[in-house]
Amino acid sequence: MRESATFDRETIAEIQRAAREGIYDIRGGGAKRRVPHFDDLLFLGASMSRYPLEGYREACGTDVVLGDRFAAKPLHLDIPITIAGMSFGALSAQAKEALGRGASACGTSTTTGDGGMTPEERQSSETLVYQLLPSRYGMNPDDLRRADAIEIVIGQGAKPGGGGMLLGQKISERVAEMRDLPAGIDQRSACRHPDWTGPDDLEIKIGELREITDWQKPIFVKVGASRPYYDVALAVKAGADVVVLDGMQGGTAATQEVFIEHVGIPTLAAIPQAVEALVELRMHRKVQLIVSGGIRSGADVAKALALGADAVSIGIGALVALGDNAPELDDEYRKLGSAAGFYDDWHEGRDPAGISTQDPELAARLDPEVGGERLANYLRTMTLEAQTIARACGKSHVHNLEPEDLVALTIEAAAMARVPLAGTSWIPGSGRDV
Amino acid sequence: MTTATTTRTFDLADADVRELNAALHDPSCEGQHFRVLNPRGRHALAVGAVAHAIVDIEGHAGYYCAGMNQHAEIRVHGNAGVGVAENMMSGTVVVDGDASASAGATAHGGLLVVHGSAAARCGISLKGADIVVRGSVGHLSAFMAQKGRLLVCGDTGEALGDSIYEARLYVRGKVRGLGADCIEKEVREEHRAEIAELLHRAGISDISPEEFRRYGSARRLYHWNAEHHQSY
Repeated sequence: MRESATFDRETIAEIQRAAREGIYDIRGGGAKRRVPHFDDLLFLGASMSRYPLEGYREACGTDVVLGDRFAAKPLHLDIPITIAGMSFGALSAQAKEALGRGASACGTSTTTGDGGMTPEERQSSETLVYQLLPSRYGMNPDDLRRADAIEIVIGQGAKPGGGGMLLGQKISERVAEMRDLPAGIDQRSACRHPDWTGPDDLEIKIGELREITDWQKPIFVKVGASRPYYDVALAVKAGADVVVLDGMQGGTAATQEVFIEHVGIPTLAAIPQAVEALVELRMHRKVQLIVSGGIRSGADVAKALALGADAVSIGIGALVALGDNAPELDDEYRKLGSAAGFYDDWHEGRDPAGISTQDPELAARLDPEVGGERLANYLRTMTLEAQTIARACGKSHVHNLEPEDLVALTIEAAAMARVPLAGTSWIPGSGRDV
Repeated sequence: MTTATTTRTFDLADADVRELNAALHDPSCEGQHFRVLNPRGRHALAVGAVAHAIVDIEGHAGYYCAGMNQHAEIRVHGNAGVGVAENMMSGTVVVDGDASASAGATAHGGLLVVHGSAAARCGISLKGADIVVRGSVGHLSAFMAQKGRLLVCGDTGEALGDSIYEARLYVRGKVRGLGADCIEKEVREEHRAEIAELLHRAGISDISPEEFRRYGSARRLYHWNAEHHQSY
């Protein structure tokens, strides 16, 4: 027997599923296909020509200031790892509270999502970024002023150019009330903002938000990675304080599988283009760049920063830290037709971990204090890992990491990240050796 | 309009929009009257007001005039640009002339009155506010409108109420076309009373509530179904 490389088992199963169900597959998470990623990069470390810092003694800073271009009150975070926008609705109130607790314990920020700001979230989050999305669910000027920063969402990495869908089983009375919709119906989120189109309008929109918030709050602009060179330049031109760039591995609560896997570009490919735009505009480190999409470890953090990001954002990793896909829930995942480590039907609202659900009994399984502690542990570990690498490269602050510290393991990663192929001085596509 | 005791004048030939908005963000401006002279199409005029002040903008306004308004009574004695009264929470916004696209977009509460016509996407994603347009509205008005009421005394463009949820639409003139899942519905007595109330609040007395037809959601898109063939 010979398996077809074109019609492999997975492809055949998907054709059979489509023929049976007559509808595309919807799931949560980000791209699962193998793409060039941070795993394809290595740090060189110090040796004769570079002095390392003492790993357990010498200081290595991790703080970051976000939004000091125009805002009177920029964010001062202790670590360069923030929590990405995830909605109350997609997540339970307990999960949102746990994210706030974990982030606050480590001196970093959380972000609301497509559904408004809950009191629990505001209370538990020392620093909270409030998203302004096309749907404007739950948007109001009081919460704008209660927020510490505002993030205008143009797109996300899992679905650049796409809107959203929250299926009726997750539209509880509370979620419905916050979104001004009837309970129990499938809720759609638009893909375009209702009151502006294009970068010139965006500039005026940002001006309005600054006026409403008396020029106090940093304004982020979030884009899904597709044409980051142009999108970042236009966001800067429109007056953003911070640009958030989300690669295709970034998660979603519910999107078509075909969209997740076939639209957008990998995080690794997106960062150098974004940094190039910032450098050309002389705005690198003045307009901060937050990168998300597939950040899992301190090594990923260090690599993103070395490529020029100011901070990173995590979503899926944070949910896993809270208890998503925990092995002790394997029996329950299997009852749902999945298994621990594979569960991605977050849109169905039946999450046994109590995270991506609005079922009160399931949601009550997640203790926000315990979840918050687990997230804080994860964030601390990632920070220590990033510091370990930075010290090994002789850096007294994680922001001092630079592309010169990196090499790539594959030609593709070298071309995308614009760093030399390991053991060579070749950067494919650059037209030059280094 | 309510009568105010104190009048403050902001001549934007000299003053900055920032000064105007900062004054409107001070809760102590409750009951005060603001005259805004020489607006000359400036953007973000009288945005984020927090108290029941009375604001007269004596000329044309740019984008997002009266955006996210709370409580204030704001009148534009001219035309208004894109997104007038966007995301308004409460209060009243009156435009004597025409309004550009996305008038009253995502507005949660309060009343927006446009005495001229409103362009495309009037009342897009409406979340509870009332909008009365004396003239006509452009295409895709009340797109994905969730709650609230849009009353149009003139005609509408194409795709009225596309993917509408629970908002109620009243149109006196010709509807060029209905959007996905938007249908004409019976006008019952309670609807005629609602129309009369909206006309009264908008200060329109020469049009009869009997002349309007009602449109709303067929609720066929409320549950995801492959049979819809991507109609939303």
